[in-house]
Amino acid sequence: MSNSAAVEAPSMEVNPELCKGCQLCVGVCPKSVIAISEMLNSASYHPAFYTGEDCTGCGLCFYACPEPGAIRVVKP
Amino acid sequence: MKVYEKSPSFYEVFERKSGPAKEATHYCPGCGHGNVHKMIAEALEDMNLTPRTVFVSPVGCSVFAYYYFDCGNTQAAHGRAPAVATGVKRANPNSIVISYQGDGDLAAIGTAETIHAANRGENITVFFINNAIYGMTGGQMAPTTLIGQRSATTPRGRIEHVHGNPIRVCEMLATLPAPTYIERVAVGNSKHVMKMRKAIRKALKIQSEGRGYSFVEILSPCPTGWKMDPTVSRDWMVDEMTKVFPLGVFKDESENVDEGTWDRVYKPFDTGQVNEYLDRLKTSMTEGEPIVLKENLHCKFAGFGGQGILTLGLFLSQIGMRAGQQVSWFPAYGPEMRGGTANCSVNLSNARIGSPLVDKPNVLVVMNQPSLDAFEHAVPDGGLIIADSTIVASQPDSKRLRVVMIPASKIADEVGTPKIANVVVLGALAAATGAFSPEYCMETLRSVIKKKNLIEMNMEAFRRGYDFVKNQ
Repeated sequence: MSNSAAVEAPSMEVNPELCKGCQLCVGVCPKSVIAISEMLNSASYHPAFYTGEDCTGCGLCFYACPEPGAIRVVKP
Repeated sequence: MKVYEKSPSFYEVFERKSGPAKEATHYCPGCGHGNVHKMIAEALEDMNLTPRTVFVSPVGCSVFAYYYFDCGNTQAAHGRAPAVATGVKRANPNSIVISYQGDGDLAAIGTAETIHAANRGENITVFFINNAIYGMTGGQMAPTTLIGQRSATTPRGRIEHVHGNPIRVCEMLATLPAPTYIERVAVGNSKHVMKMRKAIRKALKIQSEGRGYSFVEILSPCPTGWKMDPTVSRDWMVDEMTKVFPLGVFKDESENVDEGTWDRVYKPFDTGQVNEYLDRLKTSMTEGEPIVLKENLHCKFAGFGGQGILTLGLFLSQIGMRAGQQVSWFPAYGPEMRGGTANCSVNLSNARIGSPLVDKPNVLVVMNQPSLDAFEHAVPDGGLIIADSTIVASQPDSKRLRVVMIPASKIADEVGTPKIANVVVLGALAAATGAFSPEYCMETLRSVIKKKNLIEMNMEAFRRGYDFVKNQ
């Protein structure tokens, strides 16, 4: 998990190994900036990922996600 | 800056969890437990409650909650979490106790514990995860399953006149006077989740301020049990479950009760009081030299119900207890008050007793033939057998064992009533083991026999049994 000191824009990140691919975060994202990856993680799930732009840091995906450590959202 | 991330109230790595993926939960994709866990962890952290929290895991998928929460953890028998939580809270009034339960656990097998903990107004917080199904065991019908809902045990849907109606626990508990706060929320869309967050915090706050029992029911999806995609299951839950289980606050007295109202005053266990009570029963005999057993007694007393077998065991235990020994008395009998078989195990020991069971008795008293047949072989070589020869026909193996055949029932009858054959046997036992003086035993009997007009008869019965062995 990265912890970049100087984050300019709000962002979210998914730990692809902890994601179970339930897609709940995809559905709740008001900006539709979360997508499901083609790759399979080691538990054979297609993890979600941040498409890279327009995250507002609202945190809805964090609360929609059932996994404690899969999503991290930073709102500067 | 605001960062949303894994709460420090969770373990960083879930070491207790077996297998790989020690940072992920064991829950299925889309399961509501994870969301609720996150909310609780966040609340505990923000409210600075984690160090004094004890989390009681139930039976169900959340049985492993202790993998995740970095606080005190215990796991309760199925449905008994509110009872365990009661004990934890009362023993540690400063703790924050969370009883986290599913619908099978809380509303089926644990209905009694749930209702009574609420009715006592225990200052605990119950989080009730309602997914309308037995999730862990494979999706069977639960008390909360909706009418028409298919499950492993209702393949054609739950039918009202066959299976009854879904139980609305919040509504039920809200009729009780004691609970402080009862609300139903859901792990649904983002709005629902934010309401759930608020309810969880409120419930914990009420407990931490000693304002009483708080209960939050959380409708939660079980995509696996419902055989639905995670996203579809949340929609179904919001659309269908909330019709039967409407969301909202069912009771909220938190503004009307003062802080600390429901704190139960902690009184440390007063050994002095107990000793004082026990001392009252002590006889003057206990003032002398402490009695040390030459050999610990592991006794089995067996016979018909009604012969006073269990009372015999109690008498011997009383004698040992007064003499300052460690004692145990463990009865085993059928449902019949008279005529069934009965036996009891009694240990008298100079040291602490590990188990009240006696498998290999060094003293066996049998007051009927079946008991001799059943237990003679269990007595180790050199052990003592006392048999009531009025009733027991066969002779125990006197080469291997010390055998006392005493016509206890006949002697008792001569004394006044065959009912006190057990006391005759006690006299014989005292004489044959030499563990206690007859005076000591008789003093004890004097103080424990309730019917005072029978004391002299018992004294004579004891003496006759004692003398019978001494004069042999």
